[in-house]
Amino acid sequence: MSVEVKDLDFSYGEIPVLHGVSFSIEDGELVAVLGPNGVGKSTLFGCLLGFLKPTSGSVSLFGHEVHTLSRRELARCVSYIPQSAAPVYNYTVLDMVTMGLTGQLGLFRAPAPEHREQAMEALDGLGIAHLAYRGCNRISGGERQLMLLARALVQGARLLVMDEPTANLDYGNSFRVMERVRELTRSGMTVIFSTHEPNHAFRYAGRVLALKGGSVLADGVPGEALQEETLSTLYGIDVAVRQTNVGGETIKLSIPYQGGPEK
Amino acid sequence: MDTPPRRYRNRFVILAALFVVVFFGSFLVGRYSVPPLTLVRVLWARIVRLVTFEHVVPAALWTGTEEAVVLNIRLPRIACAALVGAALSVAGASYQGMFRNPMVSPDLLGASTGAGFGAALAILCSFSYFGITIMAFCFGLAAVTLAYFVSRFSRLNATLGMVLAGVMIGSLFSAGTSFVKLVADTEDQLPAITYWLMGSLTSVKGRDTLFALIPIAVGTIPLLLLRWRVNLLTLSEAEARSIGINTDRLRLAVIICATLVTSASVAVSGMIGWVGLVIPHFCRMLFGYDYRRLIPASILMGATFLMVVDNIARVITAGELPIGILTSFVGAPVFLYLIVTGGAERER
Repeated sequence: MSVEVKDLDFSYGEIPVLHGVSFSIEDGELVAVLGPNGVGKSTLFGCLLGFLKPTSGSVSLFGHEVHTLSRRELARCVSYIPQSAAPVYNYTVLDMVTMGLTGQLGLFRAPAPEHREQAMEALDGLGIAHLAYRGCNRISGGERQLMLLARALVQGARLLVMDEPTANLDYGNSFRVMERVRELTRSGMTVIFSTHEPNHAFRYAGRVLALKGGSVLADGVPGEALQEETLSTLYGIDVAVRQTNVGGETIKLSIPYQGGPEK
Repeated sequence: MDTPPRRYRNRFVILAALFVVVFFGSFLVGRYSVPPLTLVRVLWARIVRLVTFEHVVPAALWTGTEEAVVLNIRLPRIACAALVGAALSVAGASYQGMFRNPMVSPDLLGASTGAGFGAALAILCSFSYFGITIMAFCFGLAAVTLAYFVSRFSRLNATLGMVLAGVMIGSLFSAGTSFVKLVADTEDQLPAITYWLMGSLTSVKGRDTLFALIPIAVGTIPLLLLRWRVNLLTLSEAEARSIGINTDRLRLAVIICATLVTSASVAVSGMIGWVGLVIPHFCRMLFGYDYRRLIPASILMGATFLMVVDNIARVITAGELPIGILTSFVGAPVFLYLIVTGGAERER
């Protein structure tokens, strides 16, 4: 079991954000977290990553309570890719990926050539080894997301949390990045990502967790959990769900629309 | 593909060589001329004496004045310039990383303004020169400590709270300095305060250099050892923590070290602006962003730069210009030139 969340409550001071959230995630699952703005997706991630301490309830990763683990131990369990933002300093892609190994190094140690090789292999595995010496502010958003993916991989954690991985990516890059992520889960990695696009949940995720008002509204295979009514409740608009066949695969699609007079 | 490490290594060798040349060359600069051969002899004799406790080089080859100029006047001053330049640059580089902002200088948290107030107060109380140094050092430390603890109680995020607290504490101390200037004796205290605040290495003695050496070394060595980790502080808080870094502890360590170094250098030299802000920029242009290279490069370049500027200060006018004024006069045009020619864009 990668993740087990039981009766999680979280509030910022007096303001409750999450209430009674429970779910568990098996190894190798690709889970989309869906929900309107401000519903607590980031707070949930904060609890998973040990940045925030739950008001009550428990969060455990691979059988360990999150708040009993040190930062270093947590780094071995879970890696994190924040919403994309250009770094202040223009490090080379290779340096940026090598930073992912820091949690494993002694306090005063800098990465050795073998660490750099490890980072290089990760870049190669994602097909961006040619960018190694490029400045990370001079690559495209899609390439930067792959770079961060490489950094998360060298960290060696089996769970990856991604905050809106496709937020600033174009149509093609979104697909390329998410395909890579899907490949990772096939090799046993567990990935949780948040998204505002239900179609990404349909297209990529094996499972969806829909949050509404700080609680879980729906949890399951996207095709089943995301009914038209669910999406309508979630976002407060009318949504049609259709399905189509692409390359032998049945894919569902959601389309928002303005409700007609008969509804 | 061109692998950057080699390119950087060559540049580093050049920078180190430049440092050595400037260090020894500085002994020849000044109103009292010392022939190069005499300089070599005097320095060699001193080194031999320090190692073997014997006079093996005959002292008859140079005059007593020459020895005094080289060993008692120029050596402490050159060493002090190198130390202060290195210290301000290393502190600036660390602060710029920690606050994720390349426009930050080492006095961001009030170290210099605190030290300035301490010095002004000491001058007002007619302390000895060494007393002024001690007071400046202590007040520099006190200002940053105050800013740090205030920020711990703030509800803002860690860095923002620290910057705001630092700016406020700094302005408090500079108001204090203004008040001290107001009540100071206009005949000799006020000029002394003003001159001190402008920054000068004119009256630096061997004792001051040794005094500054200890905190500067104590602060710089951990920064050198932790320099890979400083890279991680330039990422967002969440990223650094998720990689397995205890950011609170690392940031505190960097603040303590950078503050020790800044306060000590301001205490012996007065306020020397510009160096801590811009030398790290030069180093980034030449050596990239990785703190593994940036910290050592800042040390060498800062030291070299300040020795050069101090040499200019020594010869340019009879009365000696305060070095704090000269750093900007010399440095800013060079930096402007680099901005215009796009030095920063050369790395890919």
